[in-house]
Amino acid sequence: MRLQLMRTRWHLLLAFVIGGTPVVAGVLPDDRADVLYHRYQGGGITIQGPSVLVRKKVGDNFSLSAGYYEDMISSASIDVKLTASPYKENRKQENFSVDYLHGKTTYSAGYIHSREPDYASNTTFYSLSQDMFGDLTTVSLTYKRGWDRVYKDEKDAATGQIINDPHFFGGSSSATADHRGWALGISQILTRSLLASFNYELLEDEGYLQSPYRQIRFLDPTDGKGYRTADQTYPHTRTSNSASLLLKYFLPYRAAVSGQYRYFQDTWGIVGHTFEVDYTHPIKRAVPFLFWPVEGHVVLDGSLRYYRQNAADFYSDLFPRQSYQNFEARDRELAAFNSYAIGFGATYEFPQLSWAPWINKSTVNVRLDHLIIDYSDFRAVYTGSGIAPGTEPLYKLNANVFQVFVSAWY
Amino acid sequence: MRVTRILAAMAATGTLAAGLGGCSPIEPWVKPYEREHFADPIMSLSRDPVSTSYLEHVFESREGSRGATGGVGGGCGCN
Repeated sequence: MRLQLMRTRWHLLLAFVIGGTPVVAGVLPDDRADVLYHRYQGGGITIQGPSVLVRKKVGDNFSLSAGYYEDMISSASIDVKLTASPYKENRKQENFSVDYLHGKTTYSAGYIHSREPDYASNTTFYSLSQDMFGDLTTVSLTYKRGWDRVYKDEKDAATGQIINDPHFFGGSSSATADHRGWALGISQILTRSLLASFNYELLEDEGYLQSPYRQIRFLDPTDGKGYRTADQTYPHTRTSNSASLLLKYFLPYRAAVSGQYRYFQDTWGIVGHTFEVDYTHPIKRAVPFLFWPVEGHVVLDGSLRYYRQNAADFYSDLFPRQSYQNFEARDRELAAFNSYAIGFGATYEFPQLSWAPWINKSTVNVRLDHLIIDYSDFRAVYTGSGIAPGTEPLYKLNANVFQVFVSAWY
Repeated sequence: MRVTRILAAMAATGTLAAGLGGCSPIEPWVKPYEREHFADPIMSLSRDPVSTSYLEHVFESREGSRGATGGVGGGCGCN
């Protein structure tokens, strides 16, 4: 929990399942299994672990999906350097979903459970997809509901063990956060080569939405550092709206290019803009010096992504004085910043496996993304730096995100 | 109250869409036999869900924005 903001947690969990949910209403998704290893490294943080996703049809009308995901986190980030200590922890997540196909309609339902030492989350979702207008259009409606329980870890003075603080939240050892979400998706075939996809999502959160570990800082000339720190105070509710439009085009030489824009705004005053361009290029010619066949077996991917946001209304890197306003935050996810990402991926499709004739298709995939975040109002503060508060250099994050995974269709 | 209105709008949209889909006189301007490009895996909106979801997780953990990433929608009845 310490790494990420709770306000996004439950939504992230759902992304793992919705991402694998069938989106063609009149056709159940393919039976396939994926085993992925992921590694994120940057800003003093390393997060790695496995992810497994398996999907299988049952009869003509049902498809079942089950997944497992794990984050193994080792963190000495800029956040913990100010007021906390480096730490290691694991997050484990299991999810299960079922899809039922009836005519041109697919009904889906699922459950996700995630746990880590100081956070537990349960989420359910229900979705309906319908093909219409000669199957040129697919409309999807989704409702999701989440219940989180938040704890705060501390080191037990007697044993040295990490335990949940028994008095963390008003004398209780835990706080709660509830979530609701509604989504509308419309995909539309526009021409023989052009596809459009529109998505809208409304999300509501209520409860304890902040990190219990991160702190604000405020000016205090009486302190040797020139500032002191205090607990953050978030609002207890948040409502956000986001809408995106994606266009994807099939190029005449069998390649695909897509462009996407997303607009986001919420009741905390954040407005975000996301732009992304992706290109997919199958290799069509043989490469003589390679031992393995490449022609028709290799697909290359490239992507560029730009994101920017303004700061939340109650965010400040350095407040003028103690208790300056009702709500105060210094989470850098709420700061103003520009973010850039470039990614490359390659897929190799194996020839038919003679020793496994029941596998119709199998691939091995690698992908590397480089992420840069340039903060406009979040400063790199290190204890004992001796730099006057408010004049520290602005923080900049550089991170590499690596994935390797194998997939099999059966 | 606001949520109720939005839910009502979504329900109305779904009902209208379902109704239109059931008895629509609209002729598809791209015939089924003209949709071979959409059956190509490279035109999938999420060719590898396990990878796409992970990247969304990476970005959303570090940004204030969330939602509408296209996890739902995107079908085209073209397989």
